[in-house]
Amino acid sequence: MREIDSKMVTETISTLLQDGCYRLSDDVITALRKAYQREESPAARNVLAKLLENAEAADRDEIPLCQDTGMAVVFLELGQDLHIIGGDLYEAVQEGTRHAYDRGYLRKSVVDKPFSARTNTRDNTPAVIHTSIVPGEKLKITALSKGFGSENMSRLAMLTPAGGRQGVIDFVVKCVDEAGANPCPPVIVGVGIGGSAEKCMLLAKQALLRRVGDPHPDSEIAELEGGILNRVNDLGIGAMGYGGRITALAVHVEVFPTHIASLPVAVNLQCHSVRHREATL
Amino acid sequence: MPPMKTISMIPRSVQLPLSDDVAETLHAGDELLLTGVMYVGRDAAHKRMIETLEAGEKLPVDLKGQTIYFMGPTPARPGKIIGSAGPTSSYRMDFYSPRLMAEGLKGMIGKGMRSLEVKAAMNQYKAVYLGAIGGAGALLSGCIKKVEVVAYDDLGTEALRRIVVHEFPVTVVNDIYGGDIYEQGRAQFRIAAPHPAAVQ
Repeated sequence: MREIDSKMVTETISTLLQDGCYRLSDDVITALRKAYQREESPAARNVLAKLLENAEAADRDEIPLCQDTGMAVVFLELGQDLHIIGGDLYEAVQEGTRHAYDRGYLRKSVVDKPFSARTNTRDNTPAVIHTSIVPGEKLKITALSKGFGSENMSRLAMLTPAGGRQGVIDFVVKCVDEAGANPCPPVIVGVGIGGSAEKCMLLAKQALLRRVGDPHPDSEIAELEGGILNRVNDLGIGAMGYGGRITALAVHVEVFPTHIASLPVAVNLQCHSVRHREATL
Repeated sequence: MPPMKTISMIPRSVQLPLSDDVAETLHAGDELLLTGVMYVGRDAAHKRMIETLEAGEKLPVDLKGQTIYFMGPTPARPGKIIGSAGPTSSYRMDFYSPRLMAEGLKGMIGKGMRSLEVKAAMNQYKAVYLGAIGGAGALLSGCIKKVEVVAYDDLGTEALRRIVVHEFPVTVVNDIYGGDIYEQGRAQFRIAAPHPAAVQ
């Protein structure tokens, strides 16, 4: 059985989180440039140009892209034939998070006792960890720094099956419309369809991890993504809500079978400051 | 990256603190470059300020005529005065803002929509709400020339700060006349939803 040391997990998490907070990935830069070229609204074009300048400044001057360096959400795909040695796997993830936010001069935004004392944990832990066990002897790590301006605009609806495709579209469009300027558009719209309530929300989050603008491999789902994107961009919200043609850079949908009694739909929005990275050990 | 020209009206330079006379000339959609002193505070600092006022005590700073920026920065690297410094969502301050406007607060800087109560108070107290670009914290950081914590140091990133800015870019979101760039912008670019049957 293959073995890896938990210290490698810690180091990888720290590197992924820091890299994400300082450097906008190529797919996002490309999407922002395309949006700039297509946008008709001068105010929105100004915002898009400034966001591209911001990405340059962040990289050059070693300043995080956004001051909300988020809560860390970590996805582990653990091969069942891999043995982690040298310590607790989850503690290794937390240590990597601690290290990233400390050494990377990232903002510590996590508070304990959320409905009462709201005491800052001072090291941005705990990271939220989602683990799946997969065949093989590798560990795939995906680390996302999720800002909460967009996270606060998340919604879940348990539609009736009669709602169908149109019900899904209408709910997603309504969520983006109501969120308006708040989630820092242009956004990536993550949509989960199916599963149980919590599975549906997880699908919406996982949808955000796809490269921006890559369509779903299933043509029916890809077509739904295109249909929702057109409707969302017809809302006219535009970059930072100042009015414009581009409200979303992409709509990503993930689907899972569900119960005969339900049509769950979840929306998880991602601001333009898309910060996720992955590595396989 | 190819050079990208910013196509827009030429922003107007505005000195802080704001006077009533200047506030009256600002309209939703105007692009401004702010220079001067502003305060920085977000959720926790607002909560403390309101608790202070409710206890009948004086605020740690005189807000009369001042502008407050809803922001909590990342830690400064060695040799720097501040880290990333973009706006946070303003609606979380809606509960507190009218009370601070009653104390003389003239300007607020953040991002995202405000409540009807806040907009009514802006009209009543002749205060304006200005939008900074969310997620442009690295760029905005460069406009900040001086930083000092003036109260609530224990709140860390949420402490109350006084900063000096030079040509800090903002857009007037809500003016004192009820103008709202979010509503106006959306109305201008919105395309009515087609009949459901036409949606593919």
